[in-house]
Amino acid sequence: MAELEAVIGLEIHVQLATKTKMFCGCSLSFGDEPNVHTCPVCLAHPGVLPVTNEQAILYALKIAAALECEVAPRSIFHRKNYFYPDSPKAYQISQYDIPIAGPGRLGGVRIHRAHLEEDAAKMIHVGDSGRIHGSGASLVDFNRGGTPLVEIVTEPDLRSAAEAAVWARLLRETVRQLDVSDVNMEEGSLRVDANVSVRPAGSEELGTKTELKNMNSFRFLERGIEAELARQRELIEAGGTVVQETLHFSPEDGSLHPLRSKEEAHDYRYFPEPDLVPIAPTEEMIREARDSLPELPAARAARYEGEMGLAGDVAALLAADPETAGYFEQVAEAAAGVEPRVVANWVTGELAAALRQGVREADARDSKVDPDALAALIGMVQEKKISHGSGKAVLVTLVTEGGDPAEIVEREGLAQISDSGELEAIVAAAVDANPEAAEQIRSGNQKAIGAIVGAVMKETKGRADGGEVNRLIKKQLGL
Amino acid sequence: MGDMLDLTAVQAHEAMAAGELSAVEYSEAWAEAAAGDELNAYLWRDGDSDSGAIAVERPSIAPVAVKDIFCTEGVPTTAGSRILEGYRPPYTSTAVRRLIEAGAPILGKTNMDEFAMGSSNENSAYGPVLNPWDRGRVPGGSSGGSAAVVAGGLAPWAIGTDTGGSIRQPAALCGIVGLKPTYGAISRYGMIAFASSLDQCGPLTRDVSDAALMLAILQGADPCDSTSVGLPEAPRLPDRENLEGLSFAVPTDLTSHVFDSGVRAKFDATLELIESLGGTVGEVGLPHAEHGISAYYVIAPAEASSNLARYDGVRYGMRAEASGDLIEMYEATRAQGFGAEVKRRIMLGTYALSSGYYEAYYGQAQKVRTKIAADFAAAFADFDFVVTPTSPSVAFGLGEKTDDPLAMYLNDFFTVPMSLAGIPAISIPAGLAEPGSGGPQLPVGFQIAAPAFGEQKLLDAAYALEQAIGFDARPPRSGAPYVPIGGKKRTGSGGGEGG
Repeated sequence: MAELEAVIGLEIHVQLATKTKMFCGCSLSFGDEPNVHTCPVCLAHPGVLPVTNEQAILYALKIAAALECEVAPRSIFHRKNYFYPDSPKAYQISQYDIPIAGPGRLGGVRIHRAHLEEDAAKMIHVGDSGRIHGSGASLVDFNRGGTPLVEIVTEPDLRSAAEAAVWARLLRETVRQLDVSDVNMEEGSLRVDANVSVRPAGSEELGTKTELKNMNSFRFLERGIEAELARQRELIEAGGTVVQETLHFSPEDGSLHPLRSKEEAHDYRYFPEPDLVPIAPTEEMIREARDSLPELPAARAARYEGEMGLAGDVAALLAADPETAGYFEQVAEAAAGVEPRVVANWVTGELAAALRQGVREADARDSKVDPDALAALIGMVQEKKISHGSGKAVLVTLVTEGGDPAEIVEREGLAQISDSGELEAIVAAAVDANPEAAEQIRSGNQKAIGAIVGAVMKETKGRADGGEVNRLIKKQLGL
Repeated sequence: MGDMLDLTAVQAHEAMAAGELSAVEYSEAWAEAAAGDELNAYLWRDGDSDSGAIAVERPSIAPVAVKDIFCTEGVPTTAGSRILEGYRPPYTSTAVRRLIEAGAPILGKTNMDEFAMGSSNENSAYGPVLNPWDRGRVPGGSSGGSAAVVAGGLAPWAIGTDTGGSIRQPAALCGIVGLKPTYGAISRYGMIAFASSLDQCGPLTRDVSDAALMLAILQGADPCDSTSVGLPEAPRLPDRENLEGLSFAVPTDLTSHVFDSGVRAKFDATLELIESLGGTVGEVGLPHAEHGISAYYVIAPAEASSNLARYDGVRYGMRAEASGDLIEMYEATRAQGFGAEVKRRIMLGTYALSSGYYEAYYGQAQKVRTKIAADFAAAFADFDFVVTPTSPSVAFGLGEKTDDPLAMYLNDFFTVPMSLAGIPAISIPAGLAEPGSGGPQLPVGFQIAAPAFGEQKLLDAAYALEQAIGFDARPPRSGAPYVPIGGKKRTGSGGGEGG
C-alpha cells in the first residue's frame, strides 16, 4: 500500500477586539462577572433587530487585505438555525454563500474564504462530564454572545501536523499585527479547528475528513492533528474507513472524542437574514484597509529571503514578530559590509544562545545588547580581530551587563594573537605534548587534529584564529 | 362628551392646538370609552396596571390603541400568544416611542391573531375579537383588535401591523381606513417579528387624514432597524379634491376571480366614482400576482419558523413544567405555548427551508416574489395606481372558516401581492353590502396601491375618493352584551358601560 499522505485544512475563528458586539451596543469583555454585558438585542427579546457593527466590517477588511483575499462588493448575512442555549435567537447570524472575503493566500497556504459572524454565548456545564450530556445543570454567560468573529477557512494545503502548527503561528502573528484581535488561544480569542484526512501519496482525491475542535494552544493543535493522523492511518491500514465526524480534543490526556449534541449532522436551514442589509464596502474602505497594513510576517520573510539572501527558515524566524525583525534590521544596517546572512545567524544563533545562557528572558528585544554593539562585535569577528569563540564570550557579557564590545575585548585580553611567531611556538609545544594525535594525523586521520587545536585554544584562551591554528599544526607536522 | 369622541384625531388635534379642547379631558373620555370594551378588543388598557415607561405626562394628540405586537416597556406584551403570557418587555418599540414623543397617550394594547398569523382574529390565545357591526362575525385579522376599537368607538385611532394584509383586511371588514406603508417607511424595531421581510407597521383610522397624520408621526429611518429608510418627505394632510390626471389600473388577473357580488358591486361603483372625479380607469395585467398567496405562504412561514424559534421558555414568557432534559422543556413549552395555526406555519416554514427542499420552495417563492414586484413596476409605468377590492368578501361569521385554513388564507388574495412587492396600499370604506349569505349590510373595502414611497400621492387620491364616497355609517357604540366565544380573556372587560 502506498504511503498515506496527510491533508489538513484549518478553520480559524478570530474574535475581533471591537468596542461593542457584532449586532448590538453591548461592550465586549473578558473575565467580567457573567451576564453583565447584555441587552434586549443580544438576549433575543421579542421584536429586537440586529444592526451590523461597522468597526467589525473594517476589521474584517483589514484581515482580508492581510490575507490577500478578494473582497466581495456585496456580501450578505444568513441565519443558521439551531436550538441550543448558547444561541438565544435559536439562530446564529453568519455569512454563508457570499462571504465578505473570497480566495486569498498566506505563507504558501491558500485561503478559501473569510467571513463575519457572531459568537455564541459561553456555556458552563456543571458536573463531571464537562459537557451538556450527563451534566447536572448548565449555566449560560451571555457576555460572550454576539462578539464579532471572523472565520478564516484555508484550503487543505497543509501536509503535516507540524506544518499546520507553524502556519497557524504565522496567521496568529499576522492578525496580531493588524491590531484587530487579542488572538489569545487560551482565552479563546483565537480558536483553531482542523479538518484532517489522509490519502495515498500522489493521489489528487481527498479522503474522508474529520473535524478536530478544542485545541486551545499550538502545542495541542499539533498533538491533536498528530493523534488523529495516526488513528486514521491505522484504521485504513487495517482495512477500515474513516467516518466523517467532529472530534473533541481533551487537553488533559490528548485524546479525541466524538462530539454529540449540536454538532451532530444538523440541517441548519440557512436562509438570507431579512433583518440586515448587504455589506457593500466602498472602494475607499477597501483601499484604506490595504493601506493601513504594516509589513506583515510573510511579506517580511519574503523580503529577507529575496533581498537579503537569508535561508527560508531563518527568514521566517526573524520576520515573525515586528520587534525581533526590527532588531535584526538595525543590526544588519549597523554592520555595514557584513553579509545579512551572517548577521541573521548571529541573531538567531549566537545571540539566542547567549540570552538563554545569560538572562531569564530569551528574547532579543529585552536584552541589553544594543544593535550597534552587536554589529561592532560581528564586525570584529569577521575581520578576525577576535576569534569566533571570543565573540561568543563577549556576547554573554553584553547580554548580562551591556557595554561596548571593544572595551570588553580590551579588558579581558581577548584580542586575537596576531603575532604568528608567538602562535607558532604555542602550536609546536602542543604538537609535542600530544604525540599520539600527531601520529594519527600523519597516518591520515584528520579528525585527530581536534585534540591539538583544543590544546592550542586552551593555551591561548581562545584568542587564536582556528584556521590559522590548523594551518600551523599541519606545517609543524610537515603535511 | 359624546361630541368630543366624534372628532377625528386630526380634528381633535386642531382643537387642542387651538385651545378649544382639553387634551387631558379628551384622553380621559377615551379611556372611559375603552373601558367599555364589549368586543374583547383590548388585552390591556391604561389603568389595568401601571403604564410606567409608556405613560405620557402632557398629552397633545389623540390617544392611540396599539396592537399587542409592539413591545411596551413594563407593560404586558403577548402578541396574542400564550407563550408570552406575563411577559413585560424591558424596552419600548420605536413606533410606540414615536407616538409617546409626539404626545399621544397609549390607550391600550389590542387583541390580535397569535403572532399576527390569521385573517379573522380567531387565532388569539385570548379569545376572538367581535366585529362591532355584527358581533357574530369576525373583525378580520390579524390587527382585528385595532380595527374593532376604531370602528366600535373604543379608540380614536390605532396602529397595527401588516404582513400580508393584516391592516387592510380588518380595516375593510370593520369599515375604517387602513394603510400599509412602503416596506422600510416605519421602523420595525420592537415590533414582534412574524415575517421580517414583509412586516410593516401602519395606521388604522377613521379617515384618510388621520392615517396621514399618524404616518407622519411614525415614519422615519431608525438606527435600530437597518431596513428602515423613512419616507422621502414628511407626509402632510391630504387636500386633493378630484382625481384629474390620475390613472387607476384594475388588475384583471386578480379581479376576475370570483368574489361576493356585493363586494363586486361596490368595487364597480367606486371605479365609476373615480371616473366621475376626473380619473381614468384601465386594465392591467399582473400575471404573477395570482401566485402571490402560494409564494407568501412559503416565505412568511419560513421566516416565522426562524423568528419564533426564540420562544423556548428559557429567558422570558411561559415555561412548561417538564421532568426531563432541556430539549423536553423546549418541546413542552412550545407545544403548550403556541396555538394550532402558529404550529402549522412553523412546520410549513421549517419544511420549506429544509436542505433538499429549499430551492423548490423558498427559492422558488422568492423568484415569484421578484416577478410580482416586476409586474407592479410595469403597471406603474403606465398607471398611477393599482386598485382592487381589499377582501373577497365582507366580514364572515365566527367559526365559519376556522376548519379550512386554505379558505382562510384566500382572504389575503388581494392584499398579499402588494406586501410581496413592498409597496404602499390603503384600504378605504367603499360602502356597505349584503353578505353573500344574506343578512344586514356590512362594510366593503376598496384598496389602492401605489409605487414604493408614493404615500403622499396615495393619501391624496384616497382622500379625494373618500370625500366623494362620503361613507359615514357607523356601527352602534353599544349593542348586545358581550358573550365570550371560546378562549380566555387575559384582562377583565368592563362590559356594558360603553357609550
